[in-house]
Amino acid sequence: MRHLDEYRDPDAAARLVAALSAAATRPWTLMEVCGGQTHTLVAGGVDRLLPAGVEMVHGPGCPVCVTPVETIERALAIARRPGVVFCSFGDMLRVPGVTTDLLAVRAAGADVRVVWSPLDAVAVAERTPDREVVFFGVGFETTAPAVAMAVWRAAQLRLRNVSVLVSHVLVPPAMEAVLSDPGNRVQAFLAAGHVCTVMGWREYEPIAARHRVPIVVTGFEPVDLLQGVLMAVRALEAGRSGVENQYRRVVTRDGNPAARRLVAEVFEVTDRAWRGLGVLPASGLRLAPAYAAFDAERRFDVGRLEVAEPAGCRAGEVLTGRLRPPACEAFGTRCTPEHPMGAPMVSSEGACAAYHRGGRTR
Amino acid sequence: MCLGVPGQVLSVTTDALGVPSGRVSFGGIVKEVCLAYVPEAAVGDWVLVHVGFALARVDEAEAARTLAALREEGAADAGERAPGAP
Ligand code: SF4
Repeated sequence: MRHLDEYRDPDAAARLVAALSAAATRPWTLMEVCGGQTHTLVAGGVDRLLPAGVEMVHGPGCPVCVTPVETIERALAIARRPGVVFCSFGDMLRVPGVTTDLLAVRAAGADVRVVWSPLDAVAVAERTPDREVVFFGVGFETTAPAVAMAVWRAAQLRLRNVSVLVSHVLVPPAMEAVLSDPGNRVQAFLAAGHVCTVMGWREYEPIAARHRVPIVVTGFEPVDLLQGVLMAVRALEAGRSGVENQYRRVVTRDGNPAARRLVAEVFEVTDRAWRGLGVLPASGLRLAPAYAAFDAERRFDVGRLEVAEPAGCRAGEVLTGRLRPPACEAFGTRCTPEHPMGAPMVSSEGACAAYHRGGRTR
Repeated sequence: MCLGVPGQVLSVTTDALGVPSGRVSFGGIVKEVCLAYVPEAAVGDWVLVHVGFALARVDEAEAARTLAALREEGAADAGERAPGAP
């Protein structure tokens, strides 16, 4: 397909690898923030092409993985209610709560539906006015504009039977948390290109300046990633920090102002707990007061929730690049994609699943 | 869910709320996509789509420049590895 195949070309990849070998005179440690990039790198084997010494560690950019257990438990409690239609992106269905997941709740009779777009949930609410439709609003700056539009639309249509369980998170505070960790080894970032289609990269400029790191906005195909790594390594070798853009075909410095405007109208920034990372200040979105009527947390009182993380899962260390998945004792034994113990083994963007899919045991 | 996919706009309409949407082809699979955030998108354009929403129009000129830079990378690299180079 156009705008994909060109960036999967093995000859272009080989040229970039050769250039990278020539450019890297010292060991460097880079972090790709986004779980989609982790999958291309690890499951696709792109990281094996990198010259020795250029190491990729994997960041917290897996929305499924960082959604706290408490939020999963809240989703399960709401989905179990009679009369509720619970709509979600497909990859949330197998994320383990304390004892169960949405898929099991559906098998036990709850009306849990996978939707492609948040607007599909609004359409269900329009068609079935006698049911309470709840959408599970998770994800980074890439999905927030879609959920914002769904809420705006529900408000325009004056729908009273639709609400959103909001657990949106923002990328820059997570990068800040990684760089501020005393044990941090990350010397440069590949920023998630798709988040930047919305946000642009202005927010990364102060981070790059404060921590003196190169940040390269990077796409998702193998050639994009290799080019992003090459740009980051050249910046490191030259002692340059600042933001560069590999993903010029879809990302501009200002991102998408129309999308940002509706996100700012429907949501407000809030502190949010990240699975494995704890509460990060100003790291998430919740509904703005004008849209509070659509807040599923207000609409459904679910009482006290359990918040215990699954015992033995080291997702927190994996999500901050401190632990490679195969180094977790449960990896591939007690924890597999068929029987995941933690979210990073479930998601198509989780690092543990990427290593498992790529057959990596080391 | 952060996986964006490029697709080509086949048709554009506007709904009762004034929001543009369109039929977008992903290598032959056609889906309805909200175009509210890329109102400039026209039939034939390529857009990057996430969870049913186009978030950016693919800039053909920039794409061509990136691919040209990749070809030059090969040439530059051949230069770096020329006999006599360190
Ligand atoms: S391998 Fe499983 S148990 Fe270990 S960190 Fe990954 S998800 Fe958690």
